[in-house]
Amino acid sequence: MTGAEILVKSLIKEKVEILFGYPGGSVLPIFDELFEAPIRFVLTRHEQAAAHAADGYARATGKVGVCIATSGPGGTNLVTGIATAYMDSIPMVAITGQVPTRMIGNDAFQEADITGITRPITKHNYLVEDVKDFARIIKEAFYLARSGRPGPILIDVPKDISMAEAEFNYPDEIDIRTYHPTYDGHPGQIKRAILAIAESKRPIIYAGGGLIISGANQELKEFVEKTRIPVTTTLLGLGGFPSNHKLSLGMLGMHGTQYANHAIMESDLIIAVGARFDDRVTGRVKDFAPQAKIIHLDIDPTSISKNIKADIPIVGDVKRILAAMNKKIAPPSIEKWQKKIQDWKEKYPLTYKNDGQDIRPQYVIEQIYEATKGAAIITTEVGQNQMWAAQFYQYAQPRTFLSSGGLGTMGYGFPAAIGAQLGRPDKIVFDIAGDGSIQMNIQELTTAVGSQAPVKVAILNNSCLGMVRQWQELFYRKRYSGTCLTNPDFVKVAEAFGAVGIEINKKEEVRPAIEKALKINKPVFLNFKVVEEENVFPMVPAGASLKEMISGLA
Amino acid sequence: MEHTISVLVENRFGVLARVAGLFSARGFNITSLTVGETEDPSVSRMTIVVEGDDRILEQVSKQLNKLIDIITVQDLTKKGFVERELILVTVKADSKTRPEIEQIAEGNEAKILNAGKDLLTIELLGAGKQVKEFIELLKPFGITELVRSGRIAVGKE
Repeated sequence: MTGAEILVKSLIKEKVEILFGYPGGSVLPIFDELFEAPIRFVLTRHEQAAAHAADGYARATGKVGVCIATSGPGGTNLVTGIATAYMDSIPMVAITGQVPTRMIGNDAFQEADITGITRPITKHNYLVEDVKDFARIIKEAFYLARSGRPGPILIDVPKDISMAEAEFNYPDEIDIRTYHPTYDGHPGQIKRAILAIAESKRPIIYAGGGLIISGANQELKEFVEKTRIPVTTTLLGLGGFPSNHKLSLGMLGMHGTQYANHAIMESDLIIAVGARFDDRVTGRVKDFAPQAKIIHLDIDPTSISKNIKADIPIVGDVKRILAAMNKKIAPPSIEKWQKKIQDWKEKYPLTYKNDGQDIRPQYVIEQIYEATKGAAIITTEVGQNQMWAAQFYQYAQPRTFLSSGGLGTMGYGFPAAIGAQLGRPDKIVFDIAGDGSIQMNIQELTTAVGSQAPVKVAILNNSCLGMVRQWQELFYRKRYSGTCLTNPDFVKVAEAFGAVGIEINKKEEVRPAIEKALKINKPVFLNFKVVEEENVFPMVPAGASLKEMISGLA
Repeated sequence: MEHTISVLVENRFGVLARVAGLFSARGFNITSLTVGETEDPSVSRMTIVVEGDDRILEQVSKQLNKLIDIITVQDLTKKGFVERELILVTVKADSKTRPEIEQIAEGNEAKILNAGKDLLTIELLGAGKQVKEFIELLKPFGITELVRSGRIAVGKE
């Protein structure tokens, strides 16, 4: 069997149903094999989009996303997508072609040292040196991608390896002597945590993306029902705990709710669940939650005590740890604390100015929420659109909010929406975009139309790069350097690609336009002409303490 | 504070680049790094001397452990170790200073490998502190070239 056949047979063994990518010279033997394979191939129009689509597919389904590109520029174009997946711990396998083995290092046509380039942005990567190792490498790659703290794995395949012959033996077992993630939490540490919780007066749960990756939302719900401890989540934790639950505080951090930030700053115990105390969450580290003891549950030991020192670290799969804790947990006496939080919620609600005929972007998000009954998968680009999507759509289920949290990649949302839609054809998929971000991968309209992915894109069009403009307004004396956009006619663009475009200029048109779009079984661009100088509030300035919030309206 | 870390790694293409990349990407400072095969040819040992406080060392050790090709990471500083470094140093020596240099070499059990007209090349094998002091002693004479092997270390029982 040739290397290319081994690859395709191995992908089938791994139950890969869809592959996003772009062909080229050094992957020709692989594409020849794919031609008749029982795997759906989706041709994106840029390799970056193939990586984002594989990422969106992985986030929406929980399966490993797979993408493929040729050597040189094919591989380098995947880089942003791989880095995006790495920062957010998304299981992905990226396959790249490479120039033939004998030419490696000779600056051959379309040669790039892609294993060298992707070393710091993959969980692990491989250059296949012998076709006899190929099946084992693929097996290891899928195992590494989905186990432990998931992440992207790259396999670089020289063209001659694709053509060389070997016997196909797909290994049943994995034996990597250096890799043994810890899944069960240490019982002694769990005991200490339970004790600390029982003694706490002002506890708070701070849940992140790890909760969703682990599939621990039911365990968290049980934990909260038993303890009545309020929950705040990170951006990537949205959907891990129902936003409309009485004990939900929504998102914390730079653009979090005031009550979440007040609560975490005044807490005496933080139970961190699959979160990593990112700078967008903590604000100025030395002033973060000064009275709080910290219990930190995470599968990755490097996340523990990296930014904030943990008092009770528990390494393991948060689903298993929470399940173990649920067996023994006793509720703390925290009525006064709950009352205080309730007061904050009433005093500082998440709100915006919603009068007159102008279209406020927050209003658009609320209308999308109502029209989709909260059941859609929402993807976002990066910037104001992302923060409003996080604040004003109520997420009830895990894997329904897909956003580039760590790397903050503009251009992520649209191709990720296509990947999510193809993985979850039963769902409505909405990309909340800005007029800047959408243009970073707008060519994927062809992919959406061609692959019959009827994704809806809400462009919150304020004719500028809103978040950067907001910072310029607040911190750079309104000098709008490089942030004012001249845009194409998005309706015509959509139509030219064979999709549908709708322009919305008045508030009363918002809801009908969304309803109309939902009835169209095609990709739709909704071009909402929103208030240009609307800001995302509340806001904690970069490097400030969470206490120093700018509240906007208040 | 200086820490000596002993790391067992898969003896495989690209592992050194992974380790070096990790240190540079995360801003950890390497004082010295040596690599060589162990008694098991599939395994190499890296001895890395790192500068940093306990918090940094904890991260260094966790981050190294996270790399797939790394087998074990041990901070030898915690439990005591013996270490050696080999240096070759060429120093200016005229008829007046030569006896003095030879005396310093003898006092440190260093060997004179090559004696030229105006230069002496000396080999010293020693622990970190001894090497440092030896170099300081030779500096006033004028060191023209210094070659160091980097430190290797073994933990004590």
